[in-house]
Amino acid sequence: MRRAATVAGLAMLVSVPLWLKSPYFLHVLIITGIFTTAAMSLNLLLGYTGQLSLGHVAFFGIGAYTSALMSLGFDLELTDTWKLVVEPKSTGVAFAAAVMVSALFGWLIGRLSFKVRGAYFVIVSVSFAEVVRLVALNWVDLTEGPMALNNIPPLSVWLPEIGNYRVLGKVPNYYLMLAVGAVSYVVIARLVHSRAGRAMTALRENEALATSVGVDVTRYLVLATIVSAATAGAAGAVYAHYVRIVDPDIFLFIYTVTMVIMVVTGGKGTLAGPIVGGVIFGIVPEILRDLAGPEVQWIIYGILMILIVYFLPQGIVPAVRNGLQRRREATDAGMEGITSTAAARDGGT
Amino acid sequence: MRVVNFTHGELYAFGAYMMYLWVMRLHANFFVALLLAVALGVALGALIEFVLLRRLRTADIDTTMLVMIGAWIAMQNAEQLIWSGVALSINTPFPARPLQIGAVSIGWERLFVFVVAVGLIALTYYVINRTRLGKAMRATFQDRDTAMLMGIDVKRINTATFALGSGLAAAAGALLGPVFVVQPGMGDLASLKAFAIVILGGLGNIFGATIGGFVLAFIEELGAGYISSGFRDGMGFLVIILILIFRPTGLFAQKERIG
Repeated sequence: MRRAATVAGLAMLVSVPLWLKSPYFLHVLIITGIFTTAAMSLNLLLGYTGQLSLGHVAFFGIGAYTSALMSLGFDLELTDTWKLVVEPKSTGVAFAAAVMVSALFGWLIGRLSFKVRGAYFVIVSVSFAEVVRLVALNWVDLTEGPMALNNIPPLSVWLPEIGNYRVLGKVPNYYLMLAVGAVSYVVIARLVHSRAGRAMTALRENEALATSVGVDVTRYLVLATIVSAATAGAAGAVYAHYVRIVDPDIFLFIYTVTMVIMVVTGGKGTLAGPIVGGVIFGIVPEILRDLAGPEVQWIIYGILMILIVYFLPQGIVPAVRNGLQRRREATDAGMEGITSTAAARDGGT
Repeated sequence: MRVVNFTHGELYAFGAYMMYLWVMRLHANFFVALLLAVALGVALGALIEFVLLRRLRTADIDTTMLVMIGAWIAMQNAEQLIWSGVALSINTPFPARPLQIGAVSIGWERLFVFVVAVGLIALTYYVINRTRLGKAMRATFQDRDTAMLMGIDVKRINTATFALGSGLAAAAGALLGPVFVVQPGMGDLASLKAFAIVILGGLGNIFGATIGGFVLAFIEELGAGYISSGFRDGMGFLVIILILIFRPTGLFAQKERIG
């Protein structure tokens, strides 16, 4: 039953370009998918380790900038005599570099800032994103600053029998987005269902207890940050090669907020949550666009966020799941669930 | 209060916009407008606490933070909707000729801002450390249950604290609005700088925050002078990161305060 639903959902996603002919809506879907992938990476931190990273867009932007710079090539005068020249690399190398550099920053931030938790971690992550934005804006030699990086080549992938294929246009980019999103989903799903994932959940629920039974808190938090940052970086790289222009506005706080809203609405700490939230908040603004100006749209966003926290504090997915669970107890044995509901069920049977 | 208040910057902007409304649109006296702006800021702060935060008293810090982010987005865009994104300037009654003290010249309005700011800091210090209300506030934040047992109306204290903070933010906006220009995004930088200053000084430490404010200003100017003026505002964030890594209790706190 559950497997059938997954297959049906995947089939629908894969078949979208066959029946949706409007390039505009396809574009909306691609951007939605990219941000949903970023939201999935945020969910790993926010939902599973309980750390709210409000600078998540930094990893996304670092991925975008790294991939763009590597594929365009750059030279950098570090001192008068020593000069770093990077020739344009193939986009595959650039993509891998983007994931690695984002992961490296994830490691750094995780390493440094998990001495602090809660509100302090939030402020560190906000500050980090803002510093990165200012660097992108002011280091004109490297990033072109507000002039933006233009003419980023589209990603090219090697396919059997076709050879090198340039991912150009809406339909190929849609499938690229879907592929990267699916890989990210699988990586995150494998991680949270592993021993490490259980350790993360344990320290979200009760850090003191987790530590006392020998969970190395910092190690798992850093691991989560690395995976999360790498995934966000991959999403950023896809974004850069799709829109083919990157400017410092990519680091705007509002993008982080969008990701947070996606995760919280859909349901943090569930694998499907960010996808549900991502689809809602990717598509709703496009529908609202005809009805209201951007300010009104954002006001609605803000109010929605408050209402969700009040009325659906766990998000849509857990709410729906609890509803279903009450109806049929038998079929949900294999589902990953919020610890409390799982515990309640175990206690009941 | 242990609330990461993202609307703080919007109250700062609110103060500045109220100043604009009273002085430029309704042609009120500058000083009367200042008082009105602060009073309205207090009222708005109390309203936010009453409507949004009161029911979240027992919620964790992430939940309140999400609500505050929502409120912040809604408020900032409401400002943009009402006043449009154009930067507005406010006339002041001060003479345009700066005050000359030896080789240093200072604009009268900046001097006025400085004097009022010092007055407000002193007043806040007095209220928190020397009055019954301030004692009740400190007791509430140290241990709300015990405070409740001692007969303190914790709900009312929360509202009062939030209103006081909001009034101060509105006062800052109303004072600086005429010095700079008034625009919808003005609150963001102000609130991030406020975060930086508070972390620098240590949370819940007014003396620390005052010194922190001066230290941050010096660091920013030095950074702007020696590195690049584009990084002036980035200094605040670097300060936050470094302080939290190396001295998370702030420069002046004695007690461990990590929450």
